[in-house]
Amino acid sequence: MSGVRVLVGTRKGGFVLTADGKRKRWEVSGPHFAGWEIYHMKGSPADPDRLYASQTSAWFGQVIQRSLDGGKTWEPPGGPLGKSPEGFPKGESNKFVYDTSPETGKPLTTHQWYDGTQHPWEFKRVWHIEPSLSDPDTLYAGVEDAALFQSVDGGKTWQELAGLRGHGTGPQWAPGAGGMCLHTVLLDPGNPKRMFIAISSAGAFRTDDAGKTWKPINRGLHSQYIPDPTAEVGHCVHRIALHPSRPNVLFMQKHWDVLRSDDGGDNWREVSGNLPTDFGFVIDVHAHEPETIYVVPIKSDSEHYPLDGKLRVFRSRTGGNEWEPLTKGLPQRDCYVNVLRDAMAVDALDPCGAYFGTTGGQVYGSADGGDSWAPIVRDLPAVLSVEVQTLP
Amino acid sequence: MIRVVLPAHLKTLAQVNGEVELEVHGPITQASVLDALEVRYPVLRGTIRDHVTHGRRPLVRFFACSEDWSHEPPDTPLPEAVATGQEPLLILGAIAGG
Repeated sequence: MSGVRVLVGTRKGGFVLTADGKRKRWEVSGPHFAGWEIYHMKGSPADPDRLYASQTSAWFGQVIQRSLDGGKTWEPPGGPLGKSPEGFPKGESNKFVYDTSPETGKPLTTHQWYDGTQHPWEFKRVWHIEPSLSDPDTLYAGVEDAALFQSVDGGKTWQELAGLRGHGTGPQWAPGAGGMCLHTVLLDPGNPKRMFIAISSAGAFRTDDAGKTWKPINRGLHSQYIPDPTAEVGHCVHRIALHPSRPNVLFMQKHWDVLRSDDGGDNWREVSGNLPTDFGFVIDVHAHEPETIYVVPIKSDSEHYPLDGKLRVFRSRTGGNEWEPLTKGLPQRDCYVNVLRDAMAVDALDPCGAYFGTTGGQVYGSADGGDSWAPIVRDLPAVLSVEVQTLP
Repeated sequence: MIRVVLPAHLKTLAQVNGEVELEVHGPITQASVLDALEVRYPVLRGTIRDHVTHGRRPLVRFFACSEDWSHEPPDTPLPEAVATGQEPLLILGAIAGG
C-alpha cells in the first residue's frame, strides 16, 4: 500500500512522520539534529529516499544534511558519504559564498537596509531547499540574505546563480522583519529552464534560461506599506504555489492579499474575495484539482495569530475569490499560533491529503482534502516547515 | 598534542566525545589550531569561523587558561600551557538563556 512521509522542520530539530495510505496511524521519528533549527527538509522527486535538510544555528552557522534512506540516517554530503580513511567524518557541505566574480553576472555588494541605507550582503542561513524534479544530485537553496544557490553534486558544493542578485534591482531589496530571505523556489515541470522564486521583501522573480537571467514578476501587486505601492520590487511576498499540470497559473499569499496569475507571473490579480483577513503566510494547491487552493488567514501583520482565536484553513474551489472555512478538527477557541510560510504541503494520494504545522508545535493532517483535520503530533517545538512525500 | 574542547553541538556534528587532541606544527596559535581542527574535521569548516575571512563567528568565544582569547589576533601565540597540552583551548558558544 502506498504511504506518506511528512518532513517537519522545527526550531529544535527535524522530525519524520510516516503513515500508510489511510493516514490514520502515524509513526514519529526524531528529533534529528536535536537542538538545531531545521528550516526546511525536502525529498527528491527523482529518488524518494534521498532527503535534504537545512540545519542552521545562530552560533555555528549552516550545515546541509543528506539522507539516502528516507530519513533513517543522515550525514553532511561533503565528500563521499561515510568516514574518511582516517576514520573521521568528512562532510563539509556548508560553504555558501556569494559570487563576486565579474564573469558570472554583475556581483552586488549592498542591498537596502531597514533604515534605507545600503548594507553588505551577509549569508545567514538556508531557508528552502528545492531538489531537482529529475536528478537527485541537483538541488537549489534559497538563502538569507536573499540569493539562490545550486548544487549539482548532491549538496557537497554550492554555486550562486548570481544573475538573480545581479539583474539590476538588488540594491532596492530590503529585509522584512524575518530577514531578507529567498523562501520559495518553484520548478516548472514542463520547462526545465523556467523557475520562479520569491523574496521577502523584494517580490517574485522568474528565469526562463535555467537561472542565468531573471526578471521581477510583480505587476498587479499593490502594497500600501511601501513608498510606491506598485513598485517593480519591494513587495513582501510570503509564498507562491503552482499545480504541476498548469505551471503558468501561480497563486500568491502576499503580506496582505491573496493573488493569482494566469500568465506565469507577468500579471497578477487579487483573489482575496470573502476571506475574513487576507494576511497570512502559507498557500498551497490541491494535488488533483488545480483550481482548489488553501490558505490559513492570520489576523494582521502586527498580530500573527488566527482571527478570533479560531484556527481555520480556508479553501477555494474556484481558484480564489470564493472561500469556505474548514474548521472540523481544528481548535475554534483560544488558539493563537501562527502558520509559517513553508509549513503547509499536500500529498498526491486520492483523496488528497493536506498538512500544516504551527508555531505551537502541532502538525495537523487531513486525509480528505481539508474537510476534516486531526493532529498528527501536538507538542513539537515551533514548526518552521512541512513537506510531504507520497510514497509508492 | 594540543587539546581542544568543542561545544556540545559541534561535538555531535563532528561525532566526537570528550576532548579533541590535535598534532599542530609550528607556532601554536588560534589560527594554527583551528586550521588543524578543520583539516581533521572538515564538517567543522564554517561553524567556528567564516569560510572566507576566517573571522570568528559572533557567538563563538575562545578561552585558554581561564582567559578570554576571543579578541586576540588569530596569529598570537596561545599560552604555553596550551602549547604543551597541559590546558585545553576551550571553544564556547555564547550562553543561550533568558
